[in-house]
Amino acid sequence: MSEAKRAKTIEGMTGPWEIVIGLEVHAQVQSEAKLFSGASTTFGAEPNANVSLVDAGMPGMLPVINDFCVEQAVRTGLGLNAQINKVSVFDRKNYFYPDLPQGYQISQFKQPIVGEGEVIVDLPGGESVTVRIERLHLEQDAGKSLHDQDPNHTYVDLNRSGVALMEIVSKPDMRSSDEAAAYLKKLRNLLRYLGTCDGNMDEGSMRADVNVSICKPGAYEKFRETGSFSHLGTRCEIKNVNSMKFVAQAIEYEARRQIDVVEGGGTVNQETRLFDNKAGVTRAMRSKEEAHDYRYFPDPDLLPLELEDDFIARIKASIPELPDAKKARFVSEYGLSVYDAGLLVAERETAAYFEEAAKGRDAKAVANWIAGDLFASLNRDNKSIDESPVSAAALGEMVGLISDNTISGRIAKDVFVIMYATGEAPAKIVEEKGLRQVTDTGAIGAAVDEVIDANPAKVAELLKKPKLLGWFVGEVMKKTQGKANPQAVNDLLRAKLGDRIGE
Amino acid sequence: MSVDEKAVRRAARLARLAIPEERLAPMAAELTGIMEWVEQLNELDTDHVEPMTSVRPMRLHRRADVVTDGGYAADVVKNAPSSEDNFFVVPKVVE
Repeated sequence: MSEAKRAKTIEGMTGPWEIVIGLEVHAQVQSEAKLFSGASTTFGAEPNANVSLVDAGMPGMLPVINDFCVEQAVRTGLGLNAQINKVSVFDRKNYFYPDLPQGYQISQFKQPIVGEGEVIVDLPGGESVTVRIERLHLEQDAGKSLHDQDPNHTYVDLNRSGVALMEIVSKPDMRSSDEAAAYLKKLRNLLRYLGTCDGNMDEGSMRADVNVSICKPGAYEKFRETGSFSHLGTRCEIKNVNSMKFVAQAIEYEARRQIDVVEGGGTVNQETRLFDNKAGVTRAMRSKEEAHDYRYFPDPDLLPLELEDDFIARIKASIPELPDAKKARFVSEYGLSVYDAGLLVAERETAAYFEEAAKGRDAKAVANWIAGDLFASLNRDNKSIDESPVSAAALGEMVGLISDNTISGRIAKDVFVIMYATGEAPAKIVEEKGLRQVTDTGAIGAAVDEVIDANPAKVAELLKKPKLLGWFVGEVMKKTQGKANPQAVNDLLRAKLGDRIGE
Repeated sequence: MSVDEKAVRRAARLARLAIPEERLAPMAAELTGIMEWVEQLNELDTDHVEPMTSVRPMRLHRRADVVTDGGYAADVVKNAPSSEDNFFVVPKVVE
């Protein structure tokens, strides 16, 4: 689509305003051990159980990099169609906080492992936009501070300390809270396809820092032409937002706040803010006086990270089919609509389920059953598709029974409910419950005659109200417990009532 | 390059070092001396010299993704002035 009129404007007292958003996403690398130590990354362990002396910042401990974490960062970079930097450098970012025992975070500052890339973001309306990626770098996570255990003390658990994070920084390319949420969703989807981050936002595996600024219409286009941030308003950074819903809420609130500040004659201060999700507001977090000076310098404990060509080539060869390619293939190979294909590829597990169920079946029908009855049931029970009581093979088999006229679509709805409740195979359910569709015109004909004979008044009405035929179909279906083939019922009714149906 | 008292006070604050007020001026003079000494290196033309990151031609060693450490929470908090249930306990840190 065109980039021209994407920005949603917000009406202020002095006229319309636009929002500009950039996201820094911290994604926890899926690995067994930490980035620079051999301690486990398992979530939910006993306090300080997954801590080595390296993670605890004990004197004399030296970091040794985890090869697989490097591989995961490269894999993610390739998934983002990004530049892979064959030489990157680890730096120390210095600050004091109780959950950072080293007194510095090992991160990458000037030379990150991954450079510029891009993500195609699918918007709810079916359109898509490109969000450019500035960089991806590897860094250590900090420990966890618990402030609510004691009125006067903070409790610190270092289990997360030293776990590998990928910080994925976007350019300021998003123009509404919807776009920011859609970007986060697509990024999470991509990481899960790649197997580089589990994307579990509840457990903190993905968190976003959201940069928001406002500008007058036209200013953003000037920024894109010149690359000069002077065309944009001063940005505020909202730290550590941990759900797509909160990202959207924080942006809406923050944009309104900045407009009110500027229109009230004030200036927006560049500052770090927190989103209070209970109150739905952002608050200033650190005073300007304490403005951070991280004094980055190359970590003398670590040599530059040099990547070999065959290392990168091997990772490239292992990359699975990604959502954009899969979506295009679902459209061309199975004849699905772009919308349905998008729905099915949104989770890797759903796409795999669909492909298994659609093997040798009516793929469009399979897609409809997944998007309809299956999703509805799973959502109701808060289950993932992996936990579905109806296996992909069973759903495919059921669609097969509809295609070969063993059961009608209407009966299939009932069969599905039983399959979902019992996990039984559809053919078995159809046999045991006697749900096989009646295609024998003799049996249907008898039911049709009974209905016509019992309702002379309705038959008379038919001449004026031809739509009443539907009522007759319904009555016959009732008489046959829904097992009659609806097309056969229709044909027979038309044959028998013939010229008594009005035009 | 010279280091003034203000820079020393700021560096000390960032490093959480308590430098008594009367030590600031002598410290600034000492640090300025060190900086000037190091600045002699600028006399060398290094335009065509690759930055050296190690005195020996070594590459960064990478280890396999295997859990080999941890599982001794009691030892981790052993030196802490205060701990409870293997958590470190520190004065309240309020954001």
